Order: sequence, then C-alpha cells, then structure tokens
Amino acid sequence: MAELVPGHVRVDRLRRRMIATQIVGAVVILLLALAPYVFVPAVTSQWIKLFYLITLATVWNLLAGYAGMVSVGQQAYIGLGAYGIFVFNDLGVNPYAGALVASVAIGVIAFGLSFVAFRLRGGYFAIGTWVIAEAVRQVVVRFDSLGAGRGRSIADYTEDPVMRNLFTYWLALGILAATLIATLFLLRSRMGVALQSIRDNEVAARALGIHVGRAKRIVFVIAGIGAGLAGSVISLQQLGVQSPNQIFSVSFSAFMVFMVLIGGIGTIEGPIVGAVVYYVMDLYFSQMGLWYTSARWACGTSRCSVCWRSS
Amino acid sequence: MTPPTATAEALLEVDGLAKSYGALDVLTGVDLAVPAGQALGIVGPNGAGKSTLLSVINGTERATRGVVRFAGRDVTSVSPADRARAGMGRTFQIPRPFTHLTVFENALAGASYGAGLHGHAADMRALEALEMADMLDVANAPAGSLPLLGRKRLELARALATEPRLLLLDEIAGGLTEAECDSLIATIRQLHGEGITIIWIEHVVKALTAVVERLVCLATGVIVADGPPDEVMRSAEVQRVYLGGGL
Repeated sequence: MAELVPGHVRVDRLRRRMIATQIVGAVVILLLALAPYVFVPAVTSQWIKLFYLITLATVWNLLAGYAGMVSVGQQAYIGLGAYGIFVFNDLGVNPYAGALVASVAIGVIAFGLSFVAFRLRGGYFAIGTWVIAEAVRQVVVRFDSLGAGRGRSIADYTEDPVMRNLFTYWLALGILAATLIATLFLLRSRMGVALQSIRDNEVAARALGIHVGRAKRIVFVIAGIGAGLAGSVISLQQLGVQSPNQIFSVSFSAFMVFMVLIGGIGTIEGPIVGAVVYYVMDLYFSQMGLWYTSARWACGTSRCSVCWRSS
Repeated sequence: MTPPTATAEALLEVDGLAKSYGALDVLTGVDLAVPAGQALGIVGPNGAGKSTLLSVINGTERATRGVVRFAGRDVTSVSPADRARAGMGRTFQIPRPFTHLTVFENALAGASYGAGLHGHAADMRALEALEMADMLDVANAPAGSLPLLGRKRLELARALATEPRLLLLDEIAGGLTEAECDSLIATIRQLHGEGITIIWIEHVVKALTAVVERLVCLATGVIVADGPPDEVMRSAEVQRVYLGGGL
C-alpha cells in the first residue's frame, strides 16, 4: 500500500503490498482446516509435519532475520513443549489443552532464560543458547516421572486414532495460523521497525529512543512459545517423546537455519517457502540417506552464498 | 572565560565529566552548561574527546565520573533510549543507517520511539524530518543504497524525527561540497531559530561560525577555551592546541 502525502511523495510503508497475499493466506488456511473432510487421515497427518516446520521456521526467522538474534538453542523450547504435555497431562489436563497451558509456562521460562542469554552477543549468544538447551535437557532427564533418559508416552489420550489425528492436525494448523498472524501483526506494528532497526544498528536504535533489551526480550519469548507449541505438536503426533536426545537435538536448529536461509531470511514468506522446500525434500528424498543429507547442505550452502553476495 | 549566557537556565549541564577506556583517559573533567535555545559549537584536534563527550551526554557511553543533567534532571545513569525520549537527538560521525529499511522507515523509527508518536502522526513527523533534511525524494530508497552524503543527511533526519529539544551533531558537514554545506547551514540555522538547543562538533569551522553563538575548544579531554566564536578562534590557547606551541 502506498500513501499520498503532502509534497506529493508516495511513501511505501513497511512493504505493505501484501493485502492480496493475506487474503490468499486466509483462504488457504481455511481450506486446510476443511481438508480432513476430503482427504483420508493418512494424507492429512503427513501435513502436520509441514505445519510445525513452518511454525519453527517462522519463529526462528523472527529471532534471527528480524531481531538479529541467531539462536541455535530453540530445541530447548521444542523439548519443553513436548515434555510439557506430560507434565500437564499427569495433572489431569487434556493433552491438546496441555499444549496451550505448556506454552504459557514456556513463555515464562523463556523470559527467565533471556536474562542469561542476553548477557552474550553474536557468536557467543548462539553458542550460549545451545548450552542453555543442553542444560534444559539435563534438567528434564533428572525427572523419573518424565521417563528420565528414556523418553515417555502420553498416558491419558484420545483413544480413537482418527479423532486423535484430526485434533492434532487442527491444533498444528491453528498454531501455524496464530504464529503467522502474530508475526504479521508484530512486524506491522511499530515494533517491526524497532526490531529491524536493532538488527541493523543497536547503538543508533538506542539513540532514537528504542528500548533494545525490551524489544529483543519480547521476540525471544514469542520465539520460545512458538518453538514450544511446535514441540507439543511433535509430542502429540508421536504419542510421546522417543528420547530426550531426539527432542532436544540441535538438528532442529540446523533445520530451522536451513529452511529460513533457503526461503529468504528477513522476509515474511521466506520461512514458508523454505519449510515447504525442506518438507518436500525430506518426504521424497530422505530414503537416499547420505546423498540426501549432502545434497541438502550443498543446496543450503549455495543459497547462503547467493544471499550474502547480494546483501 | 565565562560562558556568555550562563545566567539563562541551562537545558544541559555536565559537571566534572570524565571518561576512560582502561588506562586511556579521553575526558578528564569537563564542565559545561548549555542554556536552552543556545547553539554551541565544539572544536578541537583529533582525539580531543569531542565525539566521546557527545556519547557520554546522550548515554551511548557511560561516564566514568561526573554528572549529566538534562532539563534539571540527573540523567547520568539513564539509558540512551530514555534520554532520546526525553528530548536528546544525536547524529553519529560515522553514519549508522538501518541499511535494510527504507529512508522513510529510518525516520519513522525516530518518530515512533524518540518522539513517542503513533500511526499517522508518526508518519507525518517522519516526513517532516525528511523534508527538513531534504531527503523526501529518496524516501523509498533502502538506506543501505545511500552514498556517504545521503547517509549523513539521514543521520540528521532521523535525529530530527525524534522531536529533540537538544540536538547533538557530530561532524555532519564533513565531506560536503560548498553548496551542500551552505544548504546544511541554512537547515541548522532554521532549527536553531525554532528554539532547538544545538551542540555541534565540526572541523568545518566556517559552517560552525555561521550558526553558533558560542564556541568551546576541547583538547586532551578538557575545555581549553569557551566564548564567542571569533574570540575563541583567536585565542592563543586554541592556536597552540591546533598548531603546536611554536606560535
């Protein structure tokens, strides 16, 4: 959207030429919500992975692409989201509602952890977040009630596998829609300008009145909540956690980096494109083993070199 | 030498301001009172501590010792963001544009946060600031694509967007052509006419003397001369720090 202003200068505000995209997005999400009435559960349950991948890529892009915080420790919140299901399920909360309750708790935890992580900058911040994720894993495996180091299944769950799939599908889609809407809203608000200012130059951002720490903390908490919700979906889909090493794996961060870089960092649509590319590659080529892994990283590396050369 | 307008109420006061980086003492005790509405120029050789003084005033750097008072309030331990919101605008000697945002969005950051405006009011303030800095024609260009002079003007536009009561300018005229310099002087003179208090560091003395009514010379972290511009430029002390002791 362009605005006509005094002096007859048209100003493009925050790349607001996306109304059509938003309408298309809303229609796509609506169609996806109705998809289980058309497709068999075997098909729709595969899409759950795509939904949480887009969620993960979007929140990582918010962190790194918009606020300049390159975290490789988002698996901390994925793991907490997955384990949060058990904690609240054991207290008698329905596992789907448990995902939402856990996300609130994760927001509080991320807020607390931000005070540790924000003591570090740049590369040290990246490594610091990884160390924090490891520490979180170490704490979680201390609890026998959470399966200690062995992983655990959800105790009290919807019996009917079709309904189970359907609920997980809608939850994953709802989380994805909420993440995308929250991201759009955040970037359209003054906060969007503040975050990008901080990413480009913190000192100048401060001198213009932007509370850098506060803005970063808000994004850090939102990214933690998003990753936590994705973790809950993973746990619901797998009916539990196979092992803490899997759910707290740094590979999740590697995938997030891959998806965001492939699609285009610092753009709203980039993580969606990247997640779709990754999902398709994973779906069709993952049987190819090492060749697939090599090709994926070659693809990621070449995309990065293009990005950095052009920036 | 006493400041010529020391009787008026000071908008900015610094007392015994010192800043050290490890063993390096950059400022060793600066006392300065700037009355509201005054345009003050600061000159001094390279390494005199001029930029550091601005940084300590606006909070980008913490003072090692001393006090900064702004509008009667002690802001020594106040964050630079809150000082900006209180009315301190600042430009940087080496421009620090938000390269991935457009020129307009750069100014919008200042209008939204420094001036605390929302929605349409923030847009209008950003555009006003761009107009004052003569940047409306490049409003939609990414700030990263600006040449050096454009970046310098953007520094001014962004600071103006915060609706400052005190404008701290750090070598904004350096590297400009004569015509550009004249247009900048006219802009700053206009801002001064609107009652904005200005502290301006500049090597281009001609630009300074065309606007400021008071000049301070800083050398090795202390003020060595303070007074009307022509008096200060003629003073033996200033000639000594610029040209060495042989004169």
